Amino acid sequence: MTGSHPVLTMTGITKTFPGVRALHNVDFRLFPGEVHALMGENGAGKSTLIKVLTGVYDTDEGIITLAGEQVFLTGPMQAAAAGVSTVYQEVNLCTNLSVAENIFIGREPRRLGLIRWGEMRRRARDLLARLGLDIDVTAQLGTYSLAVQQMVAIARAIDVRARVLILDEPTSSLDAGEVAQLFRIMRQLRDERVAILFVTHFLDQVYGIADRITVLRNGSLVGEYRTAELPQLTLVEKMIGKELDVLERLDEQQKRNIAAPSDSTPLVEAAELGRKGGVTPFSLRIHAGEVVGLAGLLGSGRTEVARLLFGADRADHGQVRVDGGKASLRTPIQAIDRGIGFSPENRRAEGIVPELSVRENMILAMQAARGWLRPIPRRRQDELVEKYVKALRIRPANPDLPVRHLSGGNQQKVLLARWLITEPRLLILDEPTRGIDIGAKAEIQKLVVELSDGGMAVLFISAELEEVLRLSHRVAVMRDRTMVAQLDNDTTLDADRVMQTIASGTHREEVNRSTPSPSASAR
Amino acid sequence: MSSTSLTTGRTWRPHLPRRHVPVLATLVLLLVTYGIGVSQYRAFSNIQVVFNVFIDNGFLLVVAVGMTFVILTGGIDLSVGSVVAMTAMVSAALLQDGLPPALVLVIALLIGPALGFLMGCAIHVFDIQPFIVTLAGMFFARGICTFISDASIPITDGFWTTMSQARIGNPAGNFVSISVLVAFAVVLVAAYVLAYTRFGRNVYAIGGNAQSALLMGLPVGRTRIAVYTVSGLCSAVGGILLSFYTLSGAPLIAVGMELDVIAAVVIGGAVLTGGSGYVFGTVLGVLVLGVIQTLITFDGSLNSWWTKIVIGGLLFAFILLQRLIGIRFT
Repeated sequence: MTGSHPVLTMTGITKTFPGVRALHNVDFRLFPGEVHALMGENGAGKSTLIKVLTGVYDTDEGIITLAGEQVFLTGPMQAAAAGVSTVYQEVNLCTNLSVAENIFIGREPRRLGLIRWGEMRRRARDLLARLGLDIDVTAQLGTYSLAVQQMVAIARAIDVRARVLILDEPTSSLDAGEVAQLFRIMRQLRDERVAILFVTHFLDQVYGIADRITVLRNGSLVGEYRTAELPQLTLVEKMIGKELDVLERLDEQQKRNIAAPSDSTPLVEAAELGRKGGVTPFSLRIHAGEVVGLAGLLGSGRTEVARLLFGADRADHGQVRVDGGKASLRTPIQAIDRGIGFSPENRRAEGIVPELSVRENMILAMQAARGWLRPIPRRRQDELVEKYVKALRIRPANPDLPVRHLSGGNQQKVLLARWLITEPRLLILDEPTRGIDIGAKAEIQKLVVELSDGGMAVLFISAELEEVLRLSHRVAVMRDRTMVAQLDNDTTLDADRVMQTIASGTHREEVNRSTPSPSASAR
Repeated sequence: MSSTSLTTGRTWRPHLPRRHVPVLATLVLLLVTYGIGVSQYRAFSNIQVVFNVFIDNGFLLVVAVGMTFVILTGGIDLSVGSVVAMTAMVSAALLQDGLPPALVLVIALLIGPALGFLMGCAIHVFDIQPFIVTLAGMFFARGICTFISDASIPITDGFWTTMSQARIGNPAGNFVSISVLVAFAVVLVAAYVLAYTRFGRNVYAIGGNAQSALLMGLPVGRTRIAVYTVSGLCSAVGGILLSFYTLSGAPLIAVGMELDVIAAVVIGGAVLTGGSGYVFGTVLGVLVLGVIQTLITFDGSLNSWWTKIVIGGLLFAFILLQRLIGIRFT
């Protein structure tokens, strides 16, 4: 790789969307015969960079060169013709067509304008054989597993003689064996001098296959590193953008280490609960009055855990017990019946109904729990709404205002009030403080403490470790869609230790151990 | 880990591909319906009964072929009945004005595709639901019919009457009309286009997943516009065949025909969400409707609305069948 010229360079790429600078002066280069990981948290600009590279977006500023010549990419097809092929996270193929067709559609071998099916199937078989895949190319793609579909997508991508292959989170729905198969193909293509850009949330996979790593944060380039020279812990720091010692600056007085009543029957207990393509089976007990924090990088499976517990996704493994008895939580309604509330991460898309008033938004969940045939009397509505507007200090304190006029923090409070009105016994809060100002954040944190003191169990999901540590009795750590640890939040637990658990994962010993042990990474 | 575990990662698949099940179900249904007819009425076994089903439904078959293209992309075309009527109406009016039949044919065959093209453009460029665009087209074309004349216009042109009365038959006295031959030709061409041309395969791809089709670099917009144009052309041909059949243009003919056509296509095994279906299935679907109609005519005591009741039941059964076999693999 050294000494050769990059097949692809991107220089000074800037891309602005209305109100958001998605990419700011980003440089990126890719050499033939390397696997290059593009890392960063959600919103760091990875997807935007890839869309620029595939011609889906044009740039405001910046130059892209392919094999030394400047190119202007105008669309996926043109980018593919120029040698840049992309395999997306979602398999972007047509499951109703045959395997062979999915590889060749748009460039089928033809004679006199008519498709030569025999020739197409033969070439499809040859191509898949090269990837070590022996499947019936005449069968519909939809009859195969996602992993096979992913391979077919790669076959389609490399048939256009790609010089650059972009794999945008190709592994997110694959199991370990399937990932190994994918890696085998990636190595083979690398040996054939294809330059591979690999995007993933899984740190293990990066250290398993990538030669170099480029880190983005908030739309800017953090740096380009050789994988072997970048310890995992440092990588996580660079992605999150905080020095660990800054994280240690915790308000120790607020730190809660009240021993949770762990001997009593847990309110909610998940036993080997899991879902293929979601989270690997995990066990978790949550007692009444306990706050359990859920820490991990974005995309590590935190939200998936919450959705399983709430019945928003259906578990295909394990079971849930409520009050020690087996409970069926297959739909949110069943979960609500059992006293579980869920305030989702994306409050705009999944929570708030912007056109409805504060009052209507607040009583939604309670109304749903009662059934639509038993309307809540207006006087009762007014009482409840008034109580929570006051208790949560929602501003402006006008229950008839459409929620869209409220600030993000106040919208979040309305969403909280919606669940508090139903008096849940377990409240799941997914990123309740993201994107709201400091004052509102502190109020919501205070509320969580008060609720748990009042006997409510809370599952608190947040990307901010300080917050998780300040509020939680226990911290469960997610990594690569697996719950890798549950740490008691006693005096010894600090952000450093949580961070190390996130970075290294205490459970996976088979991973690339070239990483220095966390304690050795002196700061 | 080996590649073998991947090849077995394939879900259960019967010998019979699932996508063929609806078509085969229709075939069985057709045979059963026909069998009932033959067992109940002696005259039913005369092969001419089958030919008559084709003669009576030739125009419907042609229009249904066009609709198959549209439905395969996941769209819908509600304008077909009105376009059929408009084409017949325009032909009748122009012939009455004394234009030569060849010129009338050309004009009549251009109007339908032109309207289809415009609707396709509206659907693609402005990203409007096909339902509403073709509903507008339906009202527009029907309006043109009554604009031309609010009464039926008879056709006395020699070419038209020849086409209407021509019988292509065997010495035994069984025959079909020209319409049937035209319909067969349309079916064959359509089946070929869908199976062996890039346009045809793009139609399936778009119906399967339009977003993916776009990312695979397929000409989604062009193909969408093309299917509505094809449907318009088929409706125009259907309109000409109908005017051969009735030897007139009537402003209120073929009202509600679009729904019969959609029913035939769905009973023929096409999935309304797109991506799955065959022209051959559509042929079977039209035949099922025709044979049921014939059965009820043969009975004589049954009100003709029974046809609608039976079609309603069948339609429901087929949609249920598609759901049960989970033809959408998403």
